[in-house]
Amino acid sequence: MIEHVLVGVALALGLGGGFLLARREHARRIRGAEPVHRILLPFTGTEISRRAVDAALRLARAEDAELMPAYLAQVPMRLPLECSIPNEAGRAMAMLETIEQRAASQGVPVDARIERGRSYRHALERLLDTETVDRVVVPAGSVNGSEGLGGEDLIWLLEKAPAEVLILRPAPGGVQTQLAAISA
Amino acid sequence: MSPGRYKIFLGMAAGVGKTYRMLQEAQAELGAGRDVVIGYLEPHKRQETSDQAFGLEVVPRRPVTYREVTVEEMDLPALLARAPELALVDELAHSNPPGLEHRKRYEDIADVLAAGTDVFSTVNVQHLESLNDQVAALTGVRVRETVPDSVLGTADEVVLIDLTPEALVERLRAGKIYPGESIDAALNNFFRIENLAALREVSLRQVAESVEAKRLTLAVTPKAVGERILALVRPQPSSQRLVRRAWRSAQRLGTDLDLLWVKRPGESIEGEVERQVTALRQLASVLGAKLLIEEHDDLVAAAARVARERGTTYLMVGESEPRRGLARLREPLPQRLMRATPPGVDVRIVAHRSTAGRGEA
Repeated sequence: MIEHVLVGVALALGLGGGFLLARREHARRIRGAEPVHRILLPFTGTEISRRAVDAALRLARAEDAELMPAYLAQVPMRLPLECSIPNEAGRAMAMLETIEQRAASQGVPVDARIERGRSYRHALERLLDTETVDRVVVPAGSVNGSEGLGGEDLIWLLEKAPAEVLILRPAPGGVQTQLAAISA
Repeated sequence: MSPGRYKIFLGMAAGVGKTYRMLQEAQAELGAGRDVVIGYLEPHKRQETSDQAFGLEVVPRRPVTYREVTVEEMDLPALLARAPELALVDELAHSNPPGLEHRKRYEDIADVLAAGTDVFSTVNVQHLESLNDQVAALTGVRVRETVPDSVLGTADEVVLIDLTPEALVERLRAGKIYPGESIDAALNNFFRIENLAALREVSLRQVAESVEAKRLTLAVTPKAVGERILALVRPQPSSQRLVRRAWRSAQRLGTDLDLLWVKRPGESIEGEVERQVTALRQLASVLGAKLLIEEHDDLVAAAARVARERGTTYLMVGESEPRRGLARLREPLPQRLMRATPPGVDVRIVAHRSTAGRGEA
C-alpha cells in the first residue's frame, strides 16, 4: 500500500515538475519571439574601425540588443542589382566572421547582412527599408577615406535613418585601430 | 605555330586617343626593330593621328562594291600574305559588307592572330554587347555595330585610354575630333559631360573587371567532378555561419551550393521567421547559391530526397541543440542523415559560434 502511495507521489511530482519545466520553456520561447533591439553596424571594404565594433558591442551588451553588422556592396551598373557577387561576398565573409568572433567572445548575438546597391548609400537605404533597427553605429573614419560612406552619406543618414545614429570619431591610433579581416 | 598576341585599346568615346596611342606604341615597336604594318587605319581626318602613322608600312585597302556603293575595306588576304610581326587593325567592331571573308572585323583579326601575327586594335566601350543597352539608356545613343564581350576576354592585354570628360569636350571644341560644322551637334548630343562621365565609369569598371576575371581565371580551382554541397538551414541568424562555411567549401571545391530549409507542414512564414527567410534568400542570392524550401514533417527524409535529386556529395548541418528528455534516446541527426542519404554522401557538422572552440566534426 505504502509503495503504491510512494509511486503515486513520485508520479505526481514528476508530472508537476515536467509541467513547470514545459511552462518555463514555453515562456522562454515566447520571450525569444519578442522583437529584439537591433544595432546596425554598416561597413564597406576590408577594414573596419575596431572602435566602432567595440562601441557597437558595448551598446549591444548594455541594451541586451542584437548586433547587425552589414557589409555594403556596390554592384556595377552593367550587372543586375540582384546578381551574385562572389568576390565581394568573399571579402564580406571574412569581415563578418571576424566581427562575429568578437561578438561571441562578449556574448552578443549577431545577425549579419550583405546588402547590394548601386552605391554604398543606396545599399544602406535598401537595408534600412527592409530591416528595423534601433541604432546605427558608423565609424567616422570613412568620411575622409577614398571609399565607403562619405560625409554627405552621413548627413543623409542623420536625416533619413529611422533610428538613432551614432557617428564615432576616429581613434588616434590610425591603422592600428582597424579591425582587419582574418580568414574564416 | 603559336597565335599572335592581341592588345586592345579601349576608350569611352571617339576622340579619347585610342588610335593615336596605338600608333605611338606601334612606332615604338618599329623603332625596336620589329616588322610592323598597318592593316587598317581610320584616322578620321585627324591630322595628329595621320602624322603619328608616318613611316609605318600600309597594306593597301581593297575596294568593295555593295549596293552600287564602293567602299574601301581591310584586305585580309593581302595582310595574311604579308605576314608581318605586328599588324594594326583599327576599329574591331566594324561590320564588313557582304561578300568578304567575315561579317565582322574582329573575326578578320582572329585569322591574323591565328597566323601568328601580333595585333593591336581599338574599340569604344559602347560597342560591347552587354553594355549596349546600358550605354543607350545612359546616353540616348544606340550603336549598331556591337561585338561580343568575349572579344575583350580574348585579348592578352586591354589598355584603357582614359581622359576626363572635360578634357574630351575641350578636344572636341578645339576641332580635334570632328570638323567644325559637327561640333555643336556633338556637344548637344553624345558629348555631354554627364554622358561622358557615365561612359568613363563604365569603361573603368569594364577594364577593372576584365583584369579581375583574368586573375581569377588564372587562379581558378578546377571544378571537382560531380561535387555538390547541400547545407541544411533554418530561418535563424545562427544559420548564417553554416552558410558561410558551406560557401567557402563550395568555393574551394569549385562547386555549387544548395541551401535547404525543411519547413514543418502548416508552419507559417511570418514575423521573425519571414524576416529570417528573406535574409537567407538575400544571402543565397549574393552568393549565387540556391535556397530550397521543402514542406515535410521529417527533416531527414526530406533532406535525403533533395540530396538524391540534386546529386549532393556533401551535406552540411549545424550543431544540434542539446537534447533533453526522451529526445536523448533518439539517434543523433548526423547519423540518421548518414543512413538516409545515398552512399558516398559525407555529412559535416558546423559548430555554433559559441561552442566553436570545440572544433568541427
